[in-house]
Amino acid sequence: MKQRPWAMRESEVTPESLYVRRREFLSLGAAGALGIAGSSLSFACDARAGDAPAPTFGNLKRANLAGDEKPTPFSDVSTYNNYYEFGTDKSDPAANAGAFHTRPWTVAIEGEINKPEVVDIDDLGRRFTLEERIYRMRCVEAWSMVIPWVGFPLAELIKRAEPTSNAKYVVFTTKLDPNEMPGQKRNVLDWPYVEGLRIDEAMNPLALLAVGLYGRTLPNQNGAPLRLVVPWKYGFKGVKAIVKIAFVKEQPKTTWNKMAPGEYGFYANVNPDVDHPRWSQAKERRIGEFFKRKTLPFNGYADQVAKLYAGMDLRKSF
Amino acid sequence: MDRARLQRLLKPSVFVASLVPLAKVGIDAALGNLSANPIAEVMNRFGFWTLTLLLSSLAATPAKTLFGWTALLRVRKMLGLFAFFYATLHFSTYLALDQAFDLGDIGDDIVKRKFITVGFAAFVTLVPLALTSTDRAVKRLGFRRWKRLHRLVYLAAVLGVVHFVWRVKADYLEPALFAVTLVALLLSRLAPKRAVSTGTPRADSGEERAA
Repeated sequence: MKQRPWAMRESEVTPESLYVRRREFLSLGAAGALGIAGSSLSFACDARAGDAPAPTFGNLKRANLAGDEKPTPFSDVSTYNNYYEFGTDKSDPAANAGAFHTRPWTVAIEGEINKPEVVDIDDLGRRFTLEERIYRMRCVEAWSMVIPWVGFPLAELIKRAEPTSNAKYVVFTTKLDPNEMPGQKRNVLDWPYVEGLRIDEAMNPLALLAVGLYGRTLPNQNGAPLRLVVPWKYGFKGVKAIVKIAFVKEQPKTTWNKMAPGEYGFYANVNPDVDHPRWSQAKERRIGEFFKRKTLPFNGYADQVAKLYAGMDLRKSF
Repeated sequence: MDRARLQRLLKPSVFVASLVPLAKVGIDAALGNLSANPIAEVMNRFGFWTLTLLLSSLAATPAKTLFGWTALLRVRKMLGLFAFFYATLHFSTYLALDQAFDLGDIGDDIVKRKFITVGFAAFVTLVPLALTSTDRAVKRLGFRRWKRLHRLVYLAAVLGVVHFVWRVKADYLEPALFAVTLVALLLSRLAPKRAVSTGTPRADSGEERAA
C-alpha cells in the first residue's frame, strides 16, 4: 500500500465552514420560499467537531486517506446514521442508542483458526496500537461523509488469530438484544445483522476495526464498542456493535444481500458504473455540500484495493 | 359556537392547517433541524404531505356515504389542490435541489428507476386535475366529462402510494399504512353502491361535486 502523509492534527480537521455554509444556504432557500427576510435566519446552530466530548484517545498516528476533503462535522456524523437496530429513521440511532450498554462486552473470535477465544473488548483494544484514519464513507443511498476513525487494522487481529487454510471468509455478527436494541423487536431485517469479507479483502491494510471517531470513543449510534470500516465498500458493509468474528470456508449469507440480492451484492464495492436498481450510483451527495459529486471507483481507493478483484466481472459480482 | 359559524371557519382552518407542514420546513431550515441531509429530508416531508392530503381528499366521499358527514366534501377541492401544491414542491425539490436541473440524470431516473417512473406519472396525472379545478372548467367541460376526468385521482393516488412503497429499502410500515388506507378508501366506494344500486350505474351519490 502506498504510504500517505499523516501529519494532521485534531485542530486541522475541524470543518465548521462547510457546515455553516450549508445552514445558510438552506435558511435562505426556505426563507425565500416563504417570503421571509432571509439574512437574519442563518444564526442556526454552530455545531462542529469541537462540540463533541473531549478526546479520549491521546496522540495517535494519523493517516489522511481522504485527500484534501474536509471531514464531515461530528454533529452530522453522530446524528445521521443507518443503524436499523435502533430504528429505521436516520435520526433514530442518535435518539435511541444512548442507553445501550457497551460494557461489559466480549468478542468471540472463532472458526477456522488456531487461536479461538472470547476476549473482553478492553483487552482486545489494548493489544493493538490505535491509529486515526480519515476515510471517505459512501452510503449505498448515494450520500457520503468523510470520517476520522480511530481503530486498528483488521489484518492485525486476523494474524493473531492464525487462520487455517480453510479460512476463506470472515463473518462479523452484531449483538442480538432486542431489549437494548429496540429496532430488533421489528422484523425489518433478519437479526442479528451479519456481514462478511473475503479473507484477502479482510487482510487489506485499509480494513479497519474502529473503536472511536474524532478522537473519542465511538458514539453508540456509530457502532460502539467495535465496528468494521471498509472504505472502498458501501456503508452497509460496516457492521456495528460486533460480538463475533468467525472464520469460515463458504461465502456467508449477509443481511442486506439476503433481504434483496438484486440490490445489495456480497462485495458491495463502491462502483459508479453499477447502479442500484432504485438510484444511480454515478454521483453522491457529500453531506454538507449542495452539488452532487462524481462517485469514484472503489470510493477513491482503487490503488489500494482494485487488485483484489482482478479478473472478476464487477457488474456480476457487485 | 353555532353551526353556521363553524361552517364558515372550516375552509380557512383547513387552509391554514395545510400550510403548517410548509411553515415547519421553513422553521426547521432556519433552526438547522433538517438533519445532516436537508435536501432528502425536505423531499421526504413534501412527499409525505402530498400523499396525506391526497388520501384526505379521497376520504370525503366515504365520509359522506358511510357516516353522512359532509364537512370533508366542502374542503375536498382545497385538499386536492394542496396535495398538488405539495407534489409540486416535492418534484421541484427533486429537480432543483437534488438534481440541480441535470436533465440527463433526471431523464435517466424517470426511465430507469421504476419508483421514480411511477412517482413522475403520479405527478403528471395530477396536473390536468389541478388545471381543471375551477368552476369555469367544470362548465366548459360539462359535469359528466369533468367528473370522468377527475376519476384520474384514483390513478394518481395508486401511483403515488406505489412510488412510496418502491422507494423504501426495508421498513415498509409507513408506505403500508398509506396503502391500507388507500385500499380502504377505494373499497368503501364499492360497498354502499352495491347496497343501493338497482340497475342505475351512476348512482354513486357520494361522487357529486362539493357545493
